[in-house]
Amino acid sequence: MGRIPRSYLINRLTTLVLTVLIAATIIWIIPRLSPVDPAEIALGRMAAGAGSVANSEEILAQLRANMGIDQPLIVQYFKYLTGALVFDFGLSTAAFPVPVSTLVLNALPWTLGLMILSLVITFFIGNLLGALMVWDRSPRLVRVAIPAAMVFTSIPPILSGLLLMWVFAAKLQWFPLTGAYGIFVEPGWTWSFVLSVLHHGFLPALSIVVVTFGFWALGMRGLMISVQGEDYVKLAEAKGLRPRYILYRYMIRNAILPQITAFALKIGLLIAGQVLVERIFAYNGMGKLLYDAILNQDFPVIQGVSYVIILITALSVFLVDLLYPFIDPRIRHEAN
Amino acid sequence: MAVQDMTRAERRQARRIRRFDNPWINPKLLWGVGLLITIIAIGVIGRLIWNLDLVFTGSSPLKLPPLGFENLRKQPGVLDHPLGTDGGGRDMLSLIIIGAPNTLFVGLLASLIGMSIGIFLGFSAGFLGGRTDDVIRVGADVMITIPPLLILVVFQSAFGDVTLTMMALLIAGFVWQSPTRLIRAQVLSMKQSGYVQMAQLSGASTFHIMFREMLPNLVPYLFGSFIASVTTSIVTAVGLEVLGLGPQRIPTLGRTIYEAINAGALIQNLWWWWGIPTLLLGVMFIGLLLINLGLDEVSNPRLRKLS
Repeated sequence: MGRIPRSYLINRLTTLVLTVLIAATIIWIIPRLSPVDPAEIALGRMAAGAGSVANSEEILAQLRANMGIDQPLIVQYFKYLTGALVFDFGLSTAAFPVPVSTLVLNALPWTLGLMILSLVITFFIGNLLGALMVWDRSPRLVRVAIPAAMVFTSIPPILSGLLLMWVFAAKLQWFPLTGAYGIFVEPGWTWSFVLSVLHHGFLPALSIVVVTFGFWALGMRGLMISVQGEDYVKLAEAKGLRPRYILYRYMIRNAILPQITAFALKIGLLIAGQVLVERIFAYNGMGKLLYDAILNQDFPVIQGVSYVIILITALSVFLVDLLYPFIDPRIRHEAN
Repeated sequence: MAVQDMTRAERRQARRIRRFDNPWINPKLLWGVGLLITIIAIGVIGRLIWNLDLVFTGSSPLKLPPLGFENLRKQPGVLDHPLGTDGGGRDMLSLIIIGAPNTLFVGLLASLIGMSIGIFLGFSAGFLGGRTDDVIRVGADVMITIPPLLILVVFQSAFGDVTLTMMALLIAGFVWQSPTRLIRAQVLSMKQSGYVQMAQLSGASTFHIMFREMLPNLVPYLFGSFIASVTTSIVTAVGLEVLGLGPQRIPTLGRTIYEAINAGALIQNLWWWWGIPTLLLGVMFIGLLLINLGLDEVSNPRLRKLS
């Protein structure tokens, strides 16, 4: 593995496995502590559909056997864990014979696409603007206007999403109000479909970008201030290097390193925020799936969605940790 | 030189120097605190002067706009409902008088508990070291990557209705990690400093060293961390409420937004229904951010020079 020592890899891998294991366990335990019986919910759904249900006792017992909740808890737990390894969370109770994994797999590309797009844009714009705020050669406008925009930093993306939705979708009607692609467009790799997806994805992505870039800009500003006074920057200036070259290769290159660690820690919150944005835009991703599952008390789907999102978070953190030594060669993970 | 002998310019300069000397008089900090106090004041004064029975469904006409505006049915806003009414016939003003402090309460309570846990664990880890440190460190590392929203979604959809306090307690279980890490790191570096070793040599108890010698030095960090976790807690609480979880019968800002979205308030142009809670939440978050920025400048003088 190149420069990554084995002990560091093992350490990070343990954290990854522990994170996923603990999260999976919590998700499993919670519904079992609840007085709600999923078999009764399923029966209630049948009763609501048919008016009345005969032999309800036998049906309940059969439902419990189908769901596997008549077995001892420890057996259930290990079945669940082995299932979680291969993303098998059983069948959705609301969309009955459909496996949870199918539902999640259909929603996942939308969420991942939106996430990667908005994360990359915010991280890039935020850090660049933060650096420009400190750089003494940036235009005056940048140094005055950005701090003012910074006020929106801490607003969660659903609030900005609501606002953008109202202005650009409901009032001006430049963008569609909900959905991830037009209802008349056939999904596939056609030009019209791609355009429709971009058109629909613009507002959700924008609502995440406008409120999160400030976080990076603020952090970058603080880091740039401390880099600004360093000797190597002074030396580079004295050598007569071009200011722009100094900015990118000397200042930003060094200041950005802690931002990458912050990125890893922030991913979880960003994804959670995005799930909510997807819910208000009725975007075809995990957020909508989760919201529908909550409405229908569809526990397998709620568990599956939560598990997959936690897994994505933990994996991203793991990857950032592994890539870090390559980005910052000064870091040598000594075995301790 | 006595004060009366100074010229006007000198006095002004003296005042400016005094102000510069006191880092706590920081415009960002004061603005932030001011915004939060405004929200609390809405809750306190509103309870005294406004009829809170209007918060019940059907107590007012439906979908009235705020004063000075017209809704799609050409009805003007009326003085009885200055901020309009929602689709369920509830007065928006009484809704926010009750809802806004509730939202803030959840955030404050959750992070107060979270901070206490964080202080306790952070000190234990940093001070005791060894096996205790390992367990706490790994625990915090693991928990920090789990998004609280998703665990709480599972919890609340399994248990149904929760109270405000219950929700705060649940959120508190997810905001102790960053204070723990922060304090642990600070304690580790402080342990080597002269005054702590002095106290140890003079036979002070561990408790005394932790809370009398070290804790006061951590105050600016603790404040910053506290405000950050208030923000996280409120974001999580609002997120749960917008998903339709959280307290079902108590008005909160997040729940109001949830109801507005579900009723199609965006298409019906009922902007005040979701807009007013959104605005209040925005003010709340901006206030918290300003406090945090102000505290940063208080504890890190290098940032102060720039602004």
